[in-house]
Amino acid sequence: MFRIHCPHCREARSEEEFSYAGEAHIPRPVDPSSLSDSEWGEYLHTRTNPRGPHREMWVHTAGCRRYFNVLRDTVSYKILAVYPVGEMPPEQGEA
Amino acid sequence: MGAEVRRRAAGGRIDRDQTLDFVFDGRALRGFAGDTLASALLANGVDVVGRSFKYGRPRGIVGHGAEEPNAIVEVGAGASCVPNLRATQVELYNGLEARSIRASLFQRAAGAFGRLLPAGFYYKTFMSSPGAWMAWERVLRHAAGFGKAPDGADPDTYDRMNHHCDVLVVGAGPAGLSAALEAAGWGARVLLADEQSEFGGSLLAETRALGGDSAAAWLDGALAELDASGNVELLPRSTVSGYYDHNFLTLVERRSDHLGPVAAAGTRERLHRVRAEQVVLATGAIERPLVFANNDLPGVMLASSVSTYVNRYAVAPGKSLLLFTTNDHGYRTALDWHRIGREVVAIVDARESPAGGWVAAAKEAGIDVIVGHAIIEAVGRSRVSGAAIASLQANALAGTPRRLACDLIACSGGWNPTLHLGSQTGVKPRWSDSAGAFLPGDLGGGTVCAGAVAGTPTLRGCLEQGALAGATAASRAGFGSGRTTRSAPEVDEPPETPARSLFLVPHPKRVSRAPKQFVDFQLDVTASDIELAAREGYESVEHVKRYTALGFGTDQGKLGNVNGVAILAEALGKDIAEVGTTMYRPSYTPATFGAIAGRDVGGFFDPERHTPMHEWHTSRGAEWENVGRWKRPRYYPRSGETMQQALNRECLAARDGVAIMDASTLGKIDIQGADSAESLDRIYTTGFRKLGIGRCRYGLMLHEDGTIFDDGVTARLGEDRYLMHTTTGNAEVVFAWLERWRQTEWPELSVYFTSVTDHWATAALVGPKSRTVLAKVCTDIDLTGGAFPFMAVREGHVAGVPARVFRISFSGELSFEVNVPAQHGRAVWDALIDAGAEFDITPYGTEAMHVLRAEKGFIIVGQDTDGSMTPADTGMDWAVRRNKPFGFLGDRSLDLADHLREDRPQLVGLATDDARTVLPEGGQLVDDPECRPPVPIAGHVTSSYYSARLSRPIALGMVKGGAGRMGETVHCPLADGRVVKASIVDPIFYDPKGERQRV
Amino acid sequence: MERYSLLGLVRHARHYHENWQRVWRDPAPKKAYDTVIVGGGGHGLATAYYLAKVHGVTDVAVVEKGWLGGGNTGRNTTIIRSNYLRDGSSHLYEFSLKLWEGLSQELNFNVMFSPRGVLYLGHTLHDMREIERRVNANRLNGIDAELLSAAEVQKLVPLMNCSPDARYPVLGASLQRRGGIARHDAVAWGFARAADAQGVDILQRTEVTGIRCDNGAVTGVETSRGFIGARKVACVAAGNSGVLAAMAGLKLPIESRPLQALVSEPLKPCLDVVVQSSGVHCYVSQADKGDLVIGAGTDSYNGYGQRGSFSVIEHTLQAVCELFPAFSRVRMNRHWGGIVDICPDACPIIGETPVRGLYFNCGWGTGGFKATPGSGYVFADTLAHERPHPLAAPFSLDRFATGALVDEHGAAGVAH
Repeated sequence: MFRIHCPHCREARSEEEFSYAGEAHIPRPVDPSSLSDSEWGEYLHTRTNPRGPHREMWVHTAGCRRYFNVLRDTVSYKILAVYPVGEMPPEQGEA
Repeated sequence: MGAEVRRRAAGGRIDRDQTLDFVFDGRALRGFAGDTLASALLANGVDVVGRSFKYGRPRGIVGHGAEEPNAIVEVGAGASCVPNLRATQVELYNGLEARSIRASLFQRAAGAFGRLLPAGFYYKTFMSSPGAWMAWERVLRHAAGFGKAPDGADPDTYDRMNHHCDVLVVGAGPAGLSAALEAAGWGARVLLADEQSEFGGSLLAETRALGGDSAAAWLDGALAELDASGNVELLPRSTVSGYYDHNFLTLVERRSDHLGPVAAAGTRERLHRVRAEQVVLATGAIERPLVFANNDLPGVMLASSVSTYVNRYAVAPGKSLLLFTTNDHGYRTALDWHRIGREVVAIVDARESPAGGWVAAAKEAGIDVIVGHAIIEAVGRSRVSGAAIASLQANALAGTPRRLACDLIACSGGWNPTLHLGSQTGVKPRWSDSAGAFLPGDLGGGTVCAGAVAGTPTLRGCLEQGALAGATAASRAGFGSGRTTRSAPEVDEPPETPARSLFLVPHPKRVSRAPKQFVDFQLDVTASDIELAAREGYESVEHVKRYTALGFGTDQGKLGNVNGVAILAEALGKDIAEVGTTMYRPSYTPATFGAIAGRDVGGFFDPERHTPMHEWHTSRGAEWENVGRWKRPRYYPRSGETMQQALNRECLAARDGVAIMDASTLGKIDIQGADSAESLDRIYTTGFRKLGIGRCRYGLMLHEDGTIFDDGVTARLGEDRYLMHTTTGNAEVVFAWLERWRQTEWPELSVYFTSVTDHWATAALVGPKSRTVLAKVCTDIDLTGGAFPFMAVREGHVAGVPARVFRISFSGELSFEVNVPAQHGRAVWDALIDAGAEFDITPYGTEAMHVLRAEKGFIIVGQDTDGSMTPADTGMDWAVRRNKPFGFLGDRSLDLADHLREDRPQLVGLATDDARTVLPEGGQLVDDPECRPPVPIAGHVTSSYYSARLSRPIALGMVKGGAGRMGETVHCPLADGRVVKASIVDPIFYDPKGERQRV
Repeated sequence: MERYSLLGLVRHARHYHENWQRVWRDPAPKKAYDTVIVGGGGHGLATAYYLAKVHGVTDVAVVEKGWLGGGNTGRNTTIIRSNYLRDGSSHLYEFSLKLWEGLSQELNFNVMFSPRGVLYLGHTLHDMREIERRVNANRLNGIDAELLSAAEVQKLVPLMNCSPDARYPVLGASLQRRGGIARHDAVAWGFARAADAQGVDILQRTEVTGIRCDNGAVTGVETSRGFIGARKVACVAAGNSGVLAAMAGLKLPIESRPLQALVSEPLKPCLDVVVQSSGVHCYVSQADKGDLVIGAGTDSYNGYGQRGSFSVIEHTLQAVCELFPAFSRVRMNRHWGGIVDICPDACPIIGETPVRGLYFNCGWGTGGFKATPGSGYVFADTLAHERPHPLAAPFSLDRFATGALVDEHGAAGVAH
């Protein structure tokens, strides 16, 4: 049961208020038609799925309903950083 | 009424003014307020409280709390029965009825033929044939299991409470109390929870003075202070059962079980969901039993438990005590026994030369101390009558064993810290040679361990460490300096001689041949079982646990695990640290399902959504269908009508006259902003940029993998404003989908999505007479076909209420969908019904809606599609525009190799050749009329109805390559063995040109 | 291999069970093997067994970083059935079910397969349509399936709340009588013992730290006990597939998530079939020991923690109490999580990879246990012949490029 700091509400709230929204930083290809089937398939389905720090999106479903990015360790479940959509995570070790 | 043969005349914390009558296994007995069922049973001289799991051996009470493995009872009866309670944790109340677990025939036989049943015997037999196991399984299942499940719905209710606190202190023994006092003193909000009815932990049985006063007096003072503190919440009878990520913990509070089988008022249990800044684990330790032959005989108990029964409950569970110890602490039990004037046969100490203060006190009291010895075997039938002891040098016996007569053996093999909660967080316990025990691992900065759980052996130490833990936790939570402000009370702590580690007492016979030496009492796991497992190659501690069932019981190995691990280590020639221990899982002690479910059962299981017209539907006797969370009328039977008759009537009314349906549940999303059209273009397969204001367009929404996921009609309300309709079930999903793309991928688009589903009530007025009816209550919209064409939207008033009217149709008939603000929904509905009365306006439900749309070949996403279908599969290429600048979500996937196959399942119409049989929805279609399985499947029926308008059955289905198979025959085998022939036809059965909706 | 039997038990009892053989050896790793199987769970051990038994390939090592069966084999709710919707999956699972039916005899190890019947409940008209579709498809695929009314369900499960007034009333169910449960640990042990007897080396406490490739072909694995050469490397390590793939420079369409489960205290027999309901999210059976074994949902996020969010447990127990109001007073003994590898179409990946000699068998999601023998069989065949076994063909990795997904989401719900 995570406690997640919503950067928009600026408050730490319980996991149940949030929804996980998948791996972050998978931009939609600008010109899908130029991709091969397998390149497109990779965009659709392939994920990094790391054991350790994972960059992922969450949305504050039962709060402000806004998305943000989270850097979370998938083993310890520690949240290492919370940062806005469109930005890269802060240098690790900071959080 | 049984006599309390073992109750002392005075002392203890029981209330002798309140006698309580109870029944155990049909015997009427009596105890006092303050008793547990276990203490009352002991007071009444009940030795045997159950039969063991595998061998059916008689078992007595061993412990006094959560560790008790044997005294598993059923309390109450029928629907209010609670199975598998530990008698040591059941508070006595007047009229309590409890039953022990009886041995089955199999278990009685197993007791006699135990040698045939080593650990894992069932893996090696019962497999002569595939059926053999099923026969044996029945026997074993009947023998296994403890109590019976209740036989009816739970009469009790449960609730939940959420807490945020600065410091949660788990355990209100000396360490926990000190921690709470200290943390509270610094101003932190403290929650103090303890599983027992009374706070105090070990202090409740403590005979020493604290700070010059009795332990009870110190305890009273501490509790009074905490009680008076405004920032402390005390939760007795509350077990912290789970410790989860980010310092989230669950506590189960038992609120009424001490009063009766069913809560007289309020809830039976409450689940406290706690988010703590800091957690102080002061969960204490549980005494480690000693493993020797026949150590499961009733009358063999933990030393600390004997002391607890004597001091706290004023019960002496025997006459002549033999104490078996490996440490100084155990001596206190002999001294307690001596103090109440009972016979101490001897103290058998495994150490060569114990010389601590308690030892001296025992000798001073004249107690016979036999050093360098061990009890190798308990003697007796259904109760201890004596013990064989022998000299123990290094790890071998020496000399001839001798017998001592006694009726009670108290054992102290050291202490196992109660580290379960810490382990639940995923942090492995670590073995400490100096403590001779597993200690909690590094739990990180949110947790502080204090007292016996941290391996602290003395009361004084626990008090001091508790205070420091409280100060530390408070400081980490932002209160105070981290220094303690109060000094711990003085306690007499005599010097102690180091304990001896003794995990298995040798026997003159080999372990495999000795009488059973029990490690896990509850599941009858013996030392020889563990050795056997190791010998066979089950070497990992997890394998041993799973092969022998060690620690798998409801006590999760609180008594047996450490001995088991040590015996395994010895058998493998490894260190205990290397073998390690298994992980402990929540719950610490079993937690009631109902308490975890809370109020969210029955009527609160899932909220129902009702439209503003719900009451009207109810009054018309509607049959309901659950659609998502919504309740929707399925049809409105008139008296004496079958469902089919009602459907026929409703459908014909829509086709020939006028009918009305509550369409309020349809999802509605208001889209505004300069880039509304652009975002719709990206989301939908169709284009919206050029849609005229006041016009509507159908769209398909695809996942990025090209499969259909929603559909609906979107209207352009203004230059930069659209209203999207989604399917009822998908409204929330679609809304989330839109937001996701807007926020994460297209922040440059100026567009806002607002879910307005609940803002509007919608009545779909359908049928050739719908215009006439609407005209009666809507005068400010020109309803004529020229002014208000098909696929248009107009604003005006209906029944005097501002309304949006859509001329869209899911039935293929002339149709007006009247949307009004939800609060006016019922009034406008009533007005439409009144207006339609002269035309016999007919309400219809989801079922008729399905028939009407199927006659037109309109799909329902999720019924005719199943998450694997593309627009082409459903014959809806016409709704896909491939030349938009951005494309649309899922666009690229439409060109994937597999999506271009011609033999993909495609939407077709199906007409049964006999024109009578309605195909079953979900019926499968095959080409081979023999259809003897296994047979290749050609497709399946997705929608199927009797069409009253066409006087014949119609169906839609998906057939491989179906679009190219028009006119061909397929076969649908029915459950009763019949095979129905059907022809593949165009999916549009009625009004193929779509003229009726355009009139 | 010493044969297990009742007679053997009696014979050993005379010697106080002091002479039982080891179930498997604990050999030192050889320098190289023909095939190295990474992962000593049920699927990996079954693969090894069938490679040796059916194909005569005995120069095989199973490399396990912890203890055999320590992953999902030992953490699942043991439901076995084959009533899947799509042809590809139903054929594979039916093949597996047939192996289950004779598995104890095949391995001479009682895996306690108990075909007591698996009920799948429908709560809405939509559920019932999907159930009927699946039942009909199963029958035509030669898989036993029955459609039950609510009254028939009630008769089979007296403690279930089948009242029409329930929030989501039971409208009916499918029943696969040949489905059931088994003893999960025994499956790993039985396959391990039988594989060992065929000459397979089982290397526990041996962690793979790298996959060595040369020229696009695999040459072996780096392990905590040194390099082990191999002509073929077969990864069968649920919960670690992504990590292993990364070692070979591959990425998979897989996300690893905790799937939660719980057991009650042991009770006398009170539930004789397996009950599944994806409508109210309840998956429950009663183990032979008496515990109610309850499958909960997966957490929504990726995680390798083998523990999960309490809210999932809350929802599950709400469903259990809703469906079985009498179980409300029963108590939860333990709950835990296993890490499942989830594919976008809820179907596994079995077969070759772009690296020659490197094979993966993964992505079984929440339903891998029931496939154990079948998965091992077809994967062994695939390894031996270096081409997909016909039953494995629909589950190749390239389907994620071609779009030929098998999609078992719709009708299967959480595919326990």
